[in-house]
Amino acid sequence: MTVGSSEAMNAPLRIALSLRGMTVAYDGKPAVFSLDADFVAGRMTAIVGPNGAGKSTLLKAALGIVPRVSGEVSVFGGTFEEGRHRIAYVPQRASVDWDFPASVADVVTMGLYRGLGLLGRMRTEHRRRVGDALERVGMQGFAGRQIGQLSGGQQQRVFLARALAENAELYLLDEPFAGVDAATEAAITEVLKGLRDEGRTVVAVHHDLSSVAETFDRVLLLNTEKVAEGPVSDVFTEAAIHKAYGARGGVALNPIGGVVRAPET
Amino acid sequence: MIGALGSALMFQAGYNAAIAALGSALFGAAAGAVGTFLFLRKRSLVSDALAHATLPGIALAFLVMAFLGGSGRWLPGLLAGAALAAITGLFAVSWLTHHTRLSEDAAIGAVLSAFFGLGVVVLSLIQTLSVGEPAGLDGFLLGSTAGMVRSDVVTIAAGAVVSLIVLFLARRPLALIAFDAGYGEARGYRVRGYDILLMGLVTAITVTGLKIVGLVLVVALLIIPPAMARFWTDRLGVMLAVSAAGGALSGYGGAAFSAAAPDLPTGPVIVLLAFVLFFVSMLAAPRRGILARALKARRFELAVHRRQGLLALSHDEPIYDRLTLKVLRRAGFVRGDGVVTAEGLVAAQAARDDEIRRITGERLFPQAASGSVLDPLDVRYTPDEIAAIERAVSERTLGQPEGAA
Repeated sequence: MTVGSSEAMNAPLRIALSLRGMTVAYDGKPAVFSLDADFVAGRMTAIVGPNGAGKSTLLKAALGIVPRVSGEVSVFGGTFEEGRHRIAYVPQRASVDWDFPASVADVVTMGLYRGLGLLGRMRTEHRRRVGDALERVGMQGFAGRQIGQLSGGQQQRVFLARALAENAELYLLDEPFAGVDAATEAAITEVLKGLRDEGRTVVAVHHDLSSVAETFDRVLLLNTEKVAEGPVSDVFTEAAIHKAYGARGGVALNPIGGVVRAPET
Repeated sequence: MIGALGSALMFQAGYNAAIAALGSALFGAAAGAVGTFLFLRKRSLVSDALAHATLPGIALAFLVMAFLGGSGRWLPGLLAGAALAAITGLFAVSWLTHHTRLSEDAAIGAVLSAFFGLGVVVLSLIQTLSVGEPAGLDGFLLGSTAGMVRSDVVTIAAGAVVSLIVLFLARRPLALIAFDAGYGEARGYRVRGYDILLMGLVTAITVTGLKIVGLVLVVALLIIPPAMARFWTDRLGVMLAVSAAGGALSGYGGAAFSAAAPDLPTGPVIVLLAFVLFFVSMLAAPRRGILARALKARRFELAVHRRQGLLALSHDEPIYDRLTLKVLRRAGFVRGDGVVTAEGLVAAQAARDDEIRRITGERLFPQAASGSVLDPLDVRYTPDEIAAIERAVSERTLGQPEGAA
């Protein structure tokens, strides 16, 4: 039983995030070029590619954090602005200064700010949502802890909890497994699969080729341009990986030490 | 002078001195609060360029008002000129950073010195022109509360209160963006808009404080109180309150000194008071202060000696380190004659268990949390991480051959 076969039966697929003709450039050099991509609703998709392939840039440009040279973004069939509140974004952990004067609960509460508005007060309902999000990532005992005192894996969990508190339908995660320990990787994977099983959509930039097949349903192989896109079982092939990473050996592709799995057929 | 200072501090130095002190306190509070967000957004230095850029604005505003036939010293007019010049300076820094390959610190340096130089030239020009009443204009350089009248204080207080209200309304997006601008943008906050708002607040504070602190030092009240407050707390709300209180205290004290000794420029006195608060905080603040950190390092040292000593006991190894022996004796684990007590044996076994878990934890989770590695497990690890450690420990124990312990 593969995801690919069930997809064929249930066509057409609902698209959570659709990119059309997206190009992003830094100083005249394209980081993402003329990309068309559809992220299927209710599935977990990995964005995979070598360093500098534009994986993080793709997410940031889709969200309007970095400007696009060209391209259209639509969310659940509507415009980006209409769908923005349905998206939760989990940035790279290294993108912020963790010495910021905030507790774990403070950071998770930031996920509620949009709903609170300028004058809204935190109510029991909001505190419950913060508590639930922390519990989901196994951090309920850490609510009052200063965020700088956490381990890398714990910080990543806090970022995920902030996104969970938003109660979004589409989760975009930038390298959620980068530099985290095995327990955190397992905890995060479980949360993400839980989201998928609730019918939510998960898109994650991912660098560990060896775990793509067991964690994700679909994959987008990227090297500035799109190399392949589709169910893992169909497109995550040796040939496509070589095309994305250049003509390097499969084992050498993964510096973590794992071996690229033969795609399940 | 001591008596005069005492009476000034107690609001007994006359009506003008009292309201000047209150106005300074209010201004200090607003500067401390706005400065907190500037500090957290890591833009403190920009405010220095902004402050120095006000000088030509003040001078030109004076000239315009004097030629229109007044004394040229109407405060709101001077402050409007200062604000316009500050905004021009801000745009100059932003333009230089975005349209040339200059880094921001170079752009700040260039704009700061060019605007300040221009201001000094225009001020000198004014002295030779004999228009209006330029006496007291140089008070804007280093600040002077001595000559302040009620309307000046009202203007300053209004600026401070409006800044505080705007800051209160925008506190959540400002905090979110200071922590994680990318996330803020993704959530639909206009980061550039809020950065402009913050700079607007900084401009308002700078201009408001010109009369009190002077443009050379006004930036200190935006930077020192937040830096001082950071020593005391890990929470933004508390940091805001402490920073505002520190700013208010400095402003109030500076104005009182100024009333007692009118020859002293107010700005430097305020800044020195703020620095004293900063220095005391740096030394004495719990947890983040220098003394607290030294104590923490000492506690860690003792904990290490205790752990090492107990491990040595559990392995039946001799202990030579004097401090280790002292720690164990004090805890009652070893008698004066060097014999291990019953408690010592129990503690040694517990230390051995703890050590196995510590090593396992370090191995499983190399991206360790900060804090002491000898802290209890539930301080350092989440429940599932602790479960993983316990699993690994029991596997290890079971995997050992019979009698290996």
